[in-house]
Amino acid sequence: MSADEVAGELRPGMTVGIGGWGSRRKPMALVRAILRSGLRDLEIVSHGGPDVGLLIAGGHVRRVVCGFVSLDTIPLEPHFRLGRQQGTVELTELDEGMLHWGLLAAAHRLPFLPIRAGLGSDVPRVNPELRTVRSPYADGEELIAMPALRLDAALIHLNRADAAGNGQYLGPDPYFDDLFCLAAARAYASCERIVPTASLLEAGPPQSLLVNRAMVDGVVEAPGGAHFTSCVPDYGRDEAFQAHYAAAAASPAGWQRFRAEYLAGDEAGYQRAVRRFAGRRAGVSEPAAPS
Amino acid sequence: MTAPPPGNHPGPAPGASSPPGPAPGGEGGPGRAEVCVAACAEAWRGDGAILASPMGLIPTLGARLAQLTFSPGLLLTDGEASLLAPGAPGAPPETDGAGRIVEGWLPYRAVFTMVAAGRRHVMMGAAQIDRFGNQNISCIGDWARPRAQLLGVRGAPGNTINHPVSYWVPRHSRRVFVERVDMVSGVGYDRAGALGPRAARFHELRVVVTNLAVLDFQTADHAMRLRSVHPGVTAGDVTAATGFPLAIPGDVPVTRLPTAQELALIRGRLDPAGQREKELP
Repeated sequence: MSADEVAGELRPGMTVGIGGWGSRRKPMALVRAILRSGLRDLEIVSHGGPDVGLLIAGGHVRRVVCGFVSLDTIPLEPHFRLGRQQGTVELTELDEGMLHWGLLAAAHRLPFLPIRAGLGSDVPRVNPELRTVRSPYADGEELIAMPALRLDAALIHLNRADAAGNGQYLGPDPYFDDLFCLAAARAYASCERIVPTASLLEAGPPQSLLVNRAMVDGVVEAPGGAHFTSCVPDYGRDEAFQAHYAAAAASPAGWQRFRAEYLAGDEAGYQRAVRRFAGRRAGVSEPAAPS
Repeated sequence: MTAPPPGNHPGPAPGASSPPGPAPGGEGGPGRAEVCVAACAEAWRGDGAILASPMGLIPTLGARLAQLTFSPGLLLTDGEASLLAPGAPGAPPETDGAGRIVEGWLPYRAVFTMVAAGRRHVMMGAAQIDRFGNQNISCIGDWARPRAQLLGVRGAPGNTINHPVSYWVPRHSRRVFVERVDMVSGVGYDRAGALGPRAARFHELRVVVTNLAVLDFQTADHAMRLRSVHPGVTAGDVTAATGFPLAIPGDVPVTRLPTAQELALIRGRLDPAGQREKELP
């Protein structure tokens, strides 16, 4: 399917989980498809990076559920900061391990899982709906009852997949992409390249096959689909472009220009604009954009 | 560039005519950044085979230094999912990548398991920290509508309730050392105490290393104490930069200087470009 078809399956008000971590292997082509859609009022569950920032900037988000939002090499995400400081986005702020545990509970169809993280911190203060649970065994220990984070949809990006939804990561870390898929009613994976099933093991061992077709409802081939986040070994983070993004977000005028240049058109238009950006930096004369 | 073997002081750098004070990558007595690196390394002394997770450059250099010298059991990642072995003595500078030996795989999901298992000692940063070690990296101002949104609590709640935690503050000031933090991310001793001995049994704050001093919580009520001042710093300098009353022992020692071997490792192998200086004011 296409990225726009994935966005077309989402509905306003849905809870959408986004895989990856910070500014690493984020399903940015799928995020850009949401930017082109009229979707509003989404609740985004994410180990947040520019996926969260872009969706906030586009006005698509009602609430973010996360432990952090960061661009890694640029610690603070500019649009998340603005959204919080201007009060335009709600936040469910959790410890990272609590978010992991909430996805695990949802994936296992459990109402909650007990966890020590959060006790004594201000996380319960800012999430008054959180409850504790007492161990029924002799220890009687009281723990946070982390509720399941059930998702209406999950979006992930992988290095390779087959058309049936068997997906492969080739980088250093699977992050939590398989859990996001299992926690979701519907899961969509974009990938750098769709390959025949028989070719999946040419690029990596069986344990690199992170998700299987029982966990994924739709596959999108999106080369450069994690840009500007990292998608090792296919490409690293585009640090120059990320810095360009963060600088543009610093002022309304700068952001308007960024949107017009990179986000006004379709994915192919985005990728062309990114190549022009790279060309300008390399001092190469700007190639004529194909129509 | 070849690193000098441990135990030998490095020879003079080409063209070096060192002024007093820090000499990045070169000759001369230890600079403030190098004192801080050794002080951070000390945080992990005696930790055995656990995961050391430093946040920031100087803590990272400190953890590597500890692993290469007095705490060889420490596990360290490359910032992604690979565990790096200490490597052979006299290995090339690590910034070249050539001295790196991968000894294991630790994706984030396994880090969370190490956290819950307690096999970890992290050194985190702090936008704010109070006298009982409550730390904030989430936001400044009212949480509902913050004046400045920062990272979020990240893993600080889980870290502090599960395993030893230390802190690194490169700019010791009243903006950081505050009477009360705006959003408790890392749990301090007063809040851990209020949870009761069972829930808080894994809570332990070791040290707070700053550009001025080393602090700890070794007082009767676990209020923050001045443990040592860096060379050239007085206890008065530290209290002036701290927004709450510090416990000050009668005789405040000076933070130990890095040894010749440690200096050689810092300058020749871990940070030959002198990046460490840029983390200090």
